[in-house]
Amino acid sequence: MTELLQFVLSGVTVGAVYALVALGFTIIYNASNVVNFAQGEFVMLGGMVTFFAWQAGLPLPLAAALAILAAAAVGVALNKLAVERARGAPVVSLIIITIGASIFLRGGAQLVFDKQLHRFPAISGDEPINIGGATILPQGLWVIAGAALVFALLYVFFTRTLTGKAILATANNRVAARLVGINTDHMMTLSFALSAAIGALAGVLMTPITLTSYDLGVAYALKGFAAAMLGGMGVPAGALAGGLLLGLIEALTAGYISSVYKDAVAFIVILAVLFAMPQGLFGRKSTDRV
Amino acid sequence: MLSVENLRSRYGRIEVLHGVDIEVRSGEIITVVGANGAGKTTLLRCISGVQPISGGGIVFRGETLQTVPAHRRVALGLSQSPEGRQIFTNLSVEENLRLGAYLFADERVETDMAEAFALFPILREKRNLAAGGLSGGQQQMLAIARALMARPACLLLDEPSMGLAPILVAQILDVVKDLKKRGLTVLLVEQNAYAALQVADRGYVMETGRITMSGPAEQLIADERIRTAYLGV
Ligand SMILES: Nc1ncnc2c1ncn2[C@@H]1O[C@H](COP(=O)(O)OP(=O)(O)OP(=O)(O)O)[C@@H](O)[C@H]1O
Ligand SMILES: [Mg+2]
Repeated sequence: MTELLQFVLSGVTVGAVYALVALGFTIIYNASNVVNFAQGEFVMLGGMVTFFAWQAGLPLPLAAALAILAAAAVGVALNKLAVERARGAPVVSLIIITIGASIFLRGGAQLVFDKQLHRFPAISGDEPINIGGATILPQGLWVIAGAALVFALLYVFFTRTLTGKAILATANNRVAARLVGINTDHMMTLSFALSAAIGALAGVLMTPITLTSYDLGVAYALKGFAAAMLGGMGVPAGALAGGLLLGLIEALTAGYISSVYKDAVAFIVILAVLFAMPQGLFGRKSTDRV
Repeated sequence: MLSVENLRSRYGRIEVLHGVDIEVRSGEIITVVGANGAGKTTLLRCISGVQPISGGGIVFRGETLQTVPAHRRVALGLSQSPEGRQIFTNLSVEENLRLGAYLFADERVETDMAEAFALFPILREKRNLAAGGLSGGQQQMLAIARALMARPACLLLDEPSMGLAPILVAQILDVVKDLKKRGLTVLLVEQNAYAALQVADRGYVMETGRITMSGPAEQLIADERIRTAYLGV
């Protein structure tokens, strides 16, 4: 029982990060129909920029804020310089553009920073907390709380603010959005900035647990993409469910079978779900995405 | 108020508007009628700025529109209820209306919404439902109401009667007449030429991307060629 609880706690921690990355995929997908494979690089930037800014003498909270802003700026640049210019190109071309951007960002990080693993201190120390015999790092709780807060804030943003609704409207029907006076280019830029900031926040929160390096973006992009597909691409609730589920499957497989198989089992579960429900767990039928 | 001069537009390499001239004066209801594929929708899309133009120009209240992006044209007083309704299906009826007034954040948004509900009471009943679940006629009302929320000086209506039962067509045309009484200028595009010419002051006939006839609505209704080609009499 304790064992199970232990696996669940680590599964939820990792799952919360996957959910944040999946949410980033979802926001950009909704705004532009682009599956942004550079999403993982925002996670990398969050960790790396924070570390180097902190090492240069900035207090940690400021360093983290700087990293999130920097990632948002990179997200905006990605949209303005690459995605927006390729508007109307086939979806495959747009995906290749984002893969190219991710390679570029990884190479850039290797040059600007270095190839080492880095860590900065956790928010509330590294003394494990005991929960019913199982343990969790305080930073794990921060990760979970951070993800919960982001989802809650975004829920409010999309359901209660005019700008949030304008993003939804743009996703729902771009021409109609322009006809009511929405600057859809701005909404796309905003979506990229938001996604990048969320990815970077995930990186900031996770680094004290998993460390960071220039090349960890790919793994997060794949996991986040898998989580988004599992939950239903384009649905925020699906990103949350898909992320948590993926984290749990991995942790349980690693715990009860072997960590060697955790990716394989996760992959099989995802294939099985998508085979039965091609839209993902929470996906809308493609017919009502006009 | 709105003049379209020698307007050309193409889809890829195929030109579908070959130099269209239209003049809409303040307070008028103008209709453009024409068969399927004549280019009426393309014309309205050009005026709203969601379709590139390849020649000619559009002037609205003294301002040249070619270089003005679509979202800014709404701010200038042009709003459109597009063909096929194009409502935000995933959002509620009320959210659709609120987004119609996207450019505004004052108290008038509330009174305009109350006015829209007075115009189309069924929308008030369904205000919290997803717009995608409305019937075709209700969606059409929502599209018109949403366009009105933008406080237009000139309203562009694309096929508001499409797919509607005759009783609803009559209701929507009554609303158009009502809007004129309130001083709104309307450019109405219709395949249903008879209905459109009945409410319009003047009309234009469009055939394969060109204006072939124009004049006062009652004159067009009486014209022999139009009667055989468009009115089915
Ligand atoms: N997206 C498009 N791509 C290519 N050609 C198009 C497109 N939309 C319209 N056309 C063509 O442009 C011409 C004019 O079309 P348009 O929709 O403007 O006509 P319309 O008068 O509004 O017709 P309807 O009465 O059926 O609405 C038609 O020949 C049509 O086939
Ligand atoms: Mg049409």
